[in-house]
Amino acid sequence: MASKQQANWSPYDNNGGTCVAIAGSNYCVIAADTRLSTGYSILTRDYSKLQQLADKSILASSGFQADIKALQKHLSAKHLIYQHQHNKQMSCPAMAQLLSNTLYYKRFFPYYAFNVLGGLDNEGKGCVFTYDAVGSYERVGYSSQGSGSTLITPVLDNQLKSPSPLLIPQETEAVDLVKDVFASAAERDIYTGDRVEITIVNAAGIRREYAELRKD
Amino acid sequence: MGKVSAAIDQGGFNFDLCRRNEMLMNKAGFKPPTYRKTGTTIVGLVFQGGIILGADTRATEGPIVADKNCEKIHYMAPNIYCCGAGTAADTEAVTDMVSSQLQLHRQATGRESRVVTALTLLKTHLFGYQGHVSAALVLGGVDITGPHLHTIYPHGSTDTLPYATMGSGSLAAMAMFESNYKEGLSRDEGIKLVCQAICAGIFNDLGSGSNVDVCVITKGKTDYLRNYQLPNPRTYVSSKGYSFARGQTEVLSTRIIPLIANLVLAEGDEMEE
Amino acid sequence: MDSGKGLLASELDSQRTLNPYVTGTSVVGIKYKDGILMASDMGGSYGSTLRYKSVERLKPIGKHSLLGASGEISDFQEILRYLDELIIYDNMWDDGNSLGPKEIHNYLNRVMYNRRNKFDPLWNSLVLGGVKNGQKYLGTVSMIGVHFEDNHIATGFGNHLARPILRDEWKEDMSFEEGVKLLEKCMLVLLYRDRSAINKLQRRSDWWWWCFMEIGEVDVETRKDRSYLDSGDYEEVTMNKSCSSPRTSAGATLIAKITEEGITVSQPYALKTFWGFTAYQNPTKGAEGSW
Repeated sequence: MASKQQANWSPYDNNGGTCVAIAGSNYCVIAADTRLSTGYSILTRDYSKLQQLADKSILASSGFQADIKALQKHLSAKHLIYQHQHNKQMSCPAMAQLLSNTLYYKRFFPYYAFNVLGGLDNEGKGCVFTYDAVGSYERVGYSSQGSGSTLITPVLDNQLKSPSPLLIPQETEAVDLVKDVFASAAERDIYTGDRVEITIVNAAGIRREYAELRKD
Repeated sequence: MGKVSAAIDQGGFNFDLCRRNEMLMNKAGFKPPTYRKTGTTIVGLVFQGGIILGADTRATEGPIVADKNCEKIHYMAPNIYCCGAGTAADTEAVTDMVSSQLQLHRQATGRESRVVTALTLLKTHLFGYQGHVSAALVLGGVDITGPHLHTIYPHGSTDTLPYATMGSGSLAAMAMFESNYKEGLSRDEGIKLVCQAICAGIFNDLGSGSNVDVCVITKGKTDYLRNYQLPNPRTYVSSKGYSFARGQTEVLSTRIIPLIANLVLAEGDEMEE
Repeated sequence: MDSGKGLLASELDSQRTLNPYVTGTSVVGIKYKDGILMASDMGGSYGSTLRYKSVERLKPIGKHSLLGASGEISDFQEILRYLDELIIYDNMWDDGNSLGPKEIHNYLNRVMYNRRNKFDPLWNSLVLGGVKNGQKYLGTVSMIGVHFEDNHIATGFGNHLARPILRDEWKEDMSFEEGVKLLEKCMLVLLYRDRSAINKLQRRSDWWWWCFMEIGEVDVETRKDRSYLDSGDYEEVTMNKSCSSPRTSAGATLIAKITEEGITVSQPYALKTFWGFTAYQNPTKGAEGSW
């Protein structure tokens, strides 16, 4: 038998990456690094893990790239239909429920995607929704998902949650914190690096920033 | 107890618990502890009149960087150094062991160690353990017979080459050597190429990273250039930094136990420990 | 009843590629000043046996795209059939529109991902390059549907051996000559290091053939007269436009040029290898006993 060595294949791959979102009183910061990798190799240093699904909701996803892309396309298509039917943009909480349903629909052949959805709710407040791969979700003040989440979550807990009730930072402070936690995650997580793409959603619209990360 | 001390007297590894561990793994689904692997890029090349060794400085445990600035170029003898990839404990133990044997041999003979001696000691040890001692090495040195560069695989096979790479970044590093190596490189050209190869590993292989260590061995002189290049400084430092005011941890209750000075000035009989 | 079920099961099984049979190795592609350059060898491996020596793994797709494939050759040929159908169907509209590289890449992404969802993957890594309306495009898709774009791309072993070189040396707006030189550098490293490790005692022969393709308006004449290549005389044949795919008969080599459509395929040629290091002549000199 020719090349029996590759007889097995997996329908999944882990392409790494880290996502973070922080909700403020009137803004939301959503960020993810731009490294796409497999095993010990980097596929590309410049792959955006963020997708704008509606005018006030942005999805950050890490995990298996092909599943993530399929998920993003599915949600965008659903949103287009929604716009045709209702003549308005979907709200972020509605998008959150749609995402949950979409993930659960594939409960027994899941999308290998770890999502954080961020944006503004109907009152203009920042909102963050965090998910597992099969659709369990909750609204939170901040969240981190993906390969560097184990490194970032405790820092965010310390900076934003421990002086409870939840400390809500100013927009500039939140962006600064995001840059710092990504730089830290890139120091210790081999799947996080290259660049971090940060989007800030507020009443004025959407702003995008980049910060360089370690490339090793 | 007797068995253990007997094994220690004999030297070599203690295999007493192997059967127990095997049973645990088969029956209880026991997972053995993970080892610190130096998912590594290590290289070596022969240049005009000597050997240059190079290594990155990242040690990983799964996807986490365990050490950002470890040393992978190990001392074997004043004129011989050895880069190690694989399980960190194995590469360190095996190089230390052989280095000690080389020193004893030098003291017995009064002569400089030869690279082939180190090579033979390493490969017989590794072959004896049939690949279970997972050390992949690049051995280089200059002795009475000239410069020598070898690679040693965990199973004990060896190779003699003008340029060599090992570890998870070996392909990236080898790509640099295959396209840029020439015979009779000068010292500076050699160091430059070694750095280029290590950097290829650092930036293309996720198992390798951080800094570049270089070791240049020529006849009668060894330069260990620790952290010769630092291509990965921290990219961002928070503008305001972090400070933790006193009283961050809530005090729930306080109880003070007074320490009673119980000093007995005895003659020394009772103070025995 | 049982036998019927068994038959059905075996029929279903037989549709799946459980393991690849004849496979091709790396494809390397880069963007350059006028478009895309792509390179691959022409080997077809049957396990570890080099079974075929003139397999074309770089194919023009429509007017604006070039497809390179590594992995199972039969699956690649099946993909080519899908694409032929797609291009012909698109042509039938006769609306002056044509599918560009982005559209073809997107189609391939969906095909590959869809087949992995059916647990019946097409066992390939594909590279898609092209130029349309002055826009350069270079993308890739894997067996399970992972896809992305980049300035340079390599499949399989190329990702480990060629991309480190490309990341160091690739620049925006390289000339055709620089581009070919860079690809040749990558292919030479792959020749040295892909498959088995080097054998000190054996000199590797030079019958390894490479096939280069490029997109863009480039004069093929420039490729003549390259002193560092071993190739024999170049024989250029402008092929009939309806016969858009270049052919290589066993052993003999041809070159095809399709000028109006901008796609040119070089004739296969060999790269020069070097085995003259003194360390190879007497490797254990001064270290006798080191085997």
